[in-house]
Amino acid sequence: MEEYLPELARRMVDGFAVTLQLLGWSALFASVVGAALAAMRVSPVPPLRAFGTSYVNIFRNTPLVVLFILAVEGLPTLGVIISFKWFAIITLSTYTAAFICEALRAGINTVDVGQAEASRSIGMTFRQTLGIVVLPQAARAVIPPLASVYIALTKNTAIAAAFGVTEATGKLSNLIRDFAPLLYASFFSIAAGYIAIVFVISGVAAVLERRLAVAR
Amino acid sequence: MSSVLFDTPGPRARTRHRIGTVIGVIAIAGVLALVGWKLWIEEAITPDKWSFLTVPAIVTGLGEALLVTLWAAAVAIVLAVVFGAVFAAGRLSNRAVVRWPCVVVVEFFRAVPLLLLIFFLFIAYGSTLGAFGALVIALMLYNGSVLAEIFRAGILAVPKGQSEAAYSIGMRKRQVMTTILAPQAVRSMLPAIVSQCVVALKDTALGFTIGYSGIVHEGEFIFISPVYNNPIAVGIVLAVVFIVINYSLSRLATYLESRLRRRGASAVRVVGGPDQSGAAV
Repeated sequence: MEEYLPELARRMVDGFAVTLQLLGWSALFASVVGAALAAMRVSPVPPLRAFGTSYVNIFRNTPLVVLFILAVEGLPTLGVIISFKWFAIITLSTYTAAFICEALRAGINTVDVGQAEASRSIGMTFRQTLGIVVLPQAARAVIPPLASVYIALTKNTAIAAAFGVTEATGKLSNLIRDFAPLLYASFFSIAAGYIAIVFVISGVAAVLERRLAVAR
Repeated sequence: MSSVLFDTPGPRARTRHRIGTVIGVIAIAGVLALVGWKLWIEEAITPDKWSFLTVPAIVTGLGEALLVTLWAAAVAIVLAVVFGAVFAAGRLSNRAVVRWPCVVVVEFFRAVPLLLLIFFLFIAYGSTLGAFGALVIALMLYNGSVLAEIFRAGILAVPKGQSEAAYSIGMRKRQVMTTILAPQAVRSMLPAIVSQCVVALKDTALGFTIGYSGIVHEGEFIFISPVYNNPIAVGIVLAVVFIVINYSLSRLATYLESRLRRRGASAVRVVGGPDQSGAAV
């Protein structure tokens, strides 16, 4: 036991450091790509809308494992040689972007059409309508679904464990190998790490939601 | 077409949209062509990479493996519905002794990565459960917990007058639940349940990571063999299979939802809690 606890702590810190790296980079890239896709999907230009819709339908309905195989096994055959971690980040970003896009689009659609019509009728330009009327209201509606997308992303980073990245979930099997009798302790400790991340994300979302809430 | 962002376009806006359409088509076609060309010259999608689709034994092998995957998904979904119903009922219980353990179990399994659960069950109990058992139980625990929240939201969404009326004619809690609330709630929950089936089916592919012989595993046999060595082509085939099935299921969910809306009822959305399944991630 006196051997186990420091070892557990060390491996968990190592593992979750990688998990947080995967989470941070993927969340960043997915948000950028997802916002671009959402802009395409709400634009008045048909081919851009069609592209956004196809992207979402393709990536939302493909299992993440299949995307991982395409990246980890497929990209090297095209001459793309990068570390497993970056393959994982690319995969998680492309997959999560589809969900971010849907969350943002749904947020914009919750704004009542009358709001934008009213702002246009008092002579606001497109920029003003978007910046002063539509987006602030959409931002409020977007927070809960976005938070659940980031939470899902946190959990999805675990799949990288099966593709050569030793993040937190990957540490489970070697902890169990080295400390077989303590398998429950290892499992619940790692689970607690993920739960902590999930709590932070939903906590931040709750604070933001309260900050942006208005009495209607 | 008038959306939140744009008015119905006038002649000048229509011209602008037309210009945008032309530029958009050129840009998208350009990007797709570039990707296709890269894949072609690196010999990832040349005809010989698809030749496995002409070998009857391989195609039937993939078909059978797909059935294996679908079987695991079906078993997991049925178990998850039972698990979800039990824990939703537990969470709606008046007794704190029953309610709190159910809350803890549901919230725990919703917050933990499914793969961690699969790995744990497989490493700890794999010798007795096998890959199938570990996969199905993990899927049951995760999807069952999400479904429990959907069921609970559905029950709570039935207008209060219904249960009040039932109590006032002397029904017991059990009767109110089974004869009044549950039948009305099930209809509004159907779209969310079907969406959860999509999630469960996608997650069944995780069985690959513990060696469960589903369609992804079968695909790996093909692309690692030196005869083919075609991970991209196989990956695309696997993706298409899943997209076709899941897209059909999603359409079914949308259809059920629109039918509900026509009847004036609304579909259940799960809100609150760490993971909102409305996103169906």
